[in-house]
Amino acid sequence: MTDLSQNTASEPRKHGGSLLEQTPRTKKRNAAEKRFRAYGIAAIAAGLVMLIILVTTIVGKGTGAFQQTFITLQVELLESKLDKKGERNIEDIKKVTTFGYAPIIKGAVAAAVEELGIETSLKPKKLAGILSKDAAAQLREYVLANPDQIGQTVEFRFLASSRVDGYMKGRVHRESIANDKNISPEQLDLVDALAAAGVLEKTFNLDFILGADASDARPEAAGMGVSMLGSLFMMFVVLALALPIGVAASIYLEEFAPQNWLTDMIEVNISNLAAVPSIVFGILGLAVFINYMHLPTSAPLVGGLVLTLMTLPTIIISTRASLKSVPPSIRDAALGVGASKMQAVFHHVLPLAAPGILTGTIIGLAQALGETAPLLLIGMVGFIASNAPETLADGLLSPNSAMPAQIYEWAKRADPAFYERAWGGIIILLIFLVTMNTLAVILRRRFERRW
Amino acid sequence: MNDMTLMEKTVDTQKIKIAAKDVNVYYGDSHAIKDVNVEIEDKTVTAFIGPSGCGKSTFLRCLNRMNDTIDICKVKGDILLDGEDIYDKRVDPVQLRAKVGMVFQKPNPFPKSIYDNVAYGPRIHGLAKNKAELDEIVEKSLRRGAIWDEVKDRLDAPGTGLSGGQQQRLCIARAVATEPEVLLMDEPCSALDPIATAQVEELIDELRSRYSVVIVTHSMQQAARVSQKTAFFHLGNLVEFGLTGQIFTNPEDPRTESYITGRIG
Repeated sequence: MTDLSQNTASEPRKHGGSLLEQTPRTKKRNAAEKRFRAYGIAAIAAGLVMLIILVTTIVGKGTGAFQQTFITLQVELLESKLDKKGERNIEDIKKVTTFGYAPIIKGAVAAAVEELGIETSLKPKKLAGILSKDAAAQLREYVLANPDQIGQTVEFRFLASSRVDGYMKGRVHRESIANDKNISPEQLDLVDALAAAGVLEKTFNLDFILGADASDARPEAAGMGVSMLGSLFMMFVVLALALPIGVAASIYLEEFAPQNWLTDMIEVNISNLAAVPSIVFGILGLAVFINYMHLPTSAPLVGGLVLTLMTLPTIIISTRASLKSVPPSIRDAALGVGASKMQAVFHHVLPLAAPGILTGTIIGLAQALGETAPLLLIGMVGFIASNAPETLADGLLSPNSAMPAQIYEWAKRADPAFYERAWGGIIILLIFLVTMNTLAVILRRRFERRW
Repeated sequence: MNDMTLMEKTVDTQKIKIAAKDVNVYYGDSHAIKDVNVEIEDKTVTAFIGPSGCGKSTFLRCLNRMNDTIDICKVKGDILLDGEDIYDKRVDPVQLRAKVGMVFQKPNPFPKSIYDNVAYGPRIHGLAKNKAELDEIVEKSLRRGAIWDEVKDRLDAPGTGLSGGQQQRLCIARAVATEPEVLLMDEPCSALDPIATAQVEELIDELRSRYSVVIVTHSMQQAARVSQKTAFFHLGNLVEFGLTGQIFTNPEDPRTESYITGRIG
């Protein structure tokens, strides 16, 4: 553009100049080209730097969530506390709440401290404070499952409390706990001693990936498992609805529909829908599926329906693009030998467009998997604290959460231990998204046809 | 091109296969074909010549209703195939296209094996009862397409992997596999080199014994070589239609003469 505008003032080119010297004009043009390349490289470099910062931050803050501090203790399951009548009647044993298990745990910690010869001024209650509040529940669950073990001494691996876990991961310091009622310097001394003795150790925590969410008081027990299940249910709904509807709509629009103002309008509206903010779909889902159709809140079915609405335009647009990219000569060839329009589409056009359709679908699914806003509106942030088999989240209509919604929930909570888990959740979510996108790229490369 | 030999080309009069009466074609507002009347004989090669954009391909595509796929295209007038109006409401274009096969300008084999390319038409029309019959049809068609010897050892190879000339002959084999009665060819040699062109032209001459062949071509030499009858189109009008020898040596219309001598085009 600039070159052309400069042309108006130029004089006819003089003949006889040397090719070995650059004219001022050429120099200027080359300099402009160099500058443009520099801008491009700078832009890419900026992008890469951002990406590196993002990845290092996520990995740096999130990897901690995959490790957890455990304390291994020998617990004597006292009959006097758990089954006073001694009849091993399961109903009687069930009457003992987790409070009833507290003395047993206190005793177990005190016994371990004594056995290891650790000197401490802490009372048994404070001693047990280094354990998670989940420990009593874990113990009770075990006893209810194995009532015959009452009276025996059994080895247990208890979660440490989130403060102790934070101390082991370097998140909690002796200076930072000055005003913390949940932990004291003496308890940290005890932790150091137990760690030195090998009773307390930090290991990989599968429960973070597969476990259920936990209440505010015990971040150490919270996991992604149930919300992962919720996301899985939703993706199932999205795939089952969006793929057939999207593909059918695109085939009709691209191959069969007459070109008139109505189809033009549909086309424009589909493109517009693709750009509609996802929260709008959320409020639409709330109004239609929940308030009008009275489907249950927090259900993966509703979440899946809302995400289907959101994903449909993406799938339709990419499917139409890949149908369009099949050369018309293929359709002509099929029609020319007497195939019907449908035969031409299903025998020839669709197989050639399939890789593109598949790619679009996977990308649409990945988009839906990472979507949070519409889920918040339809209440896909259910708090489910138990895992299979007694979990509530066992189907399309039962309450559940979703991975991004779970991350949002954790990030909202006060305890910094939850913050760490939010980052860990992001890592899991990103692994899913990267895997899906990679799969899309591989499929496209693998089945792409060139004419 | 030797004009004198053309005059001596023997032409037997055949029965009329396709008769077009007062055909008008509109693309939206533009009037692409104006009052065309033409009679295409059986077992004859009829060539449509004329400058680009004169409507010869459009008219060709009317003969098997390929223009149906274009929304804005409207056809008026009668086109009779063996006395039946092909634009009658009762006519299913799918059945028509099985009778009137087509070969396109650019070779367009399906991205499938050579065998499947040829077998597709017979399969969808149910022409073969079993695999053996289908094999037979495929072989016969490939022989008629004059490509059997070149591909018989690699029927499973993709049709798109053949050379341009082979691809076009494969497309001709595919078109004849459905046993059509008329074969329409839309500039079948324009994407081919001279050797492949010669092979296809030879093939067209052989096809004449079984089918009525209509060929659109830009090359007047080709029209003179392969056809018995020639129609000259100009700006949507059928200017002149007659024996090929007549058209090329002694055209009646001054426009035809200008075109074949290279003054308009």
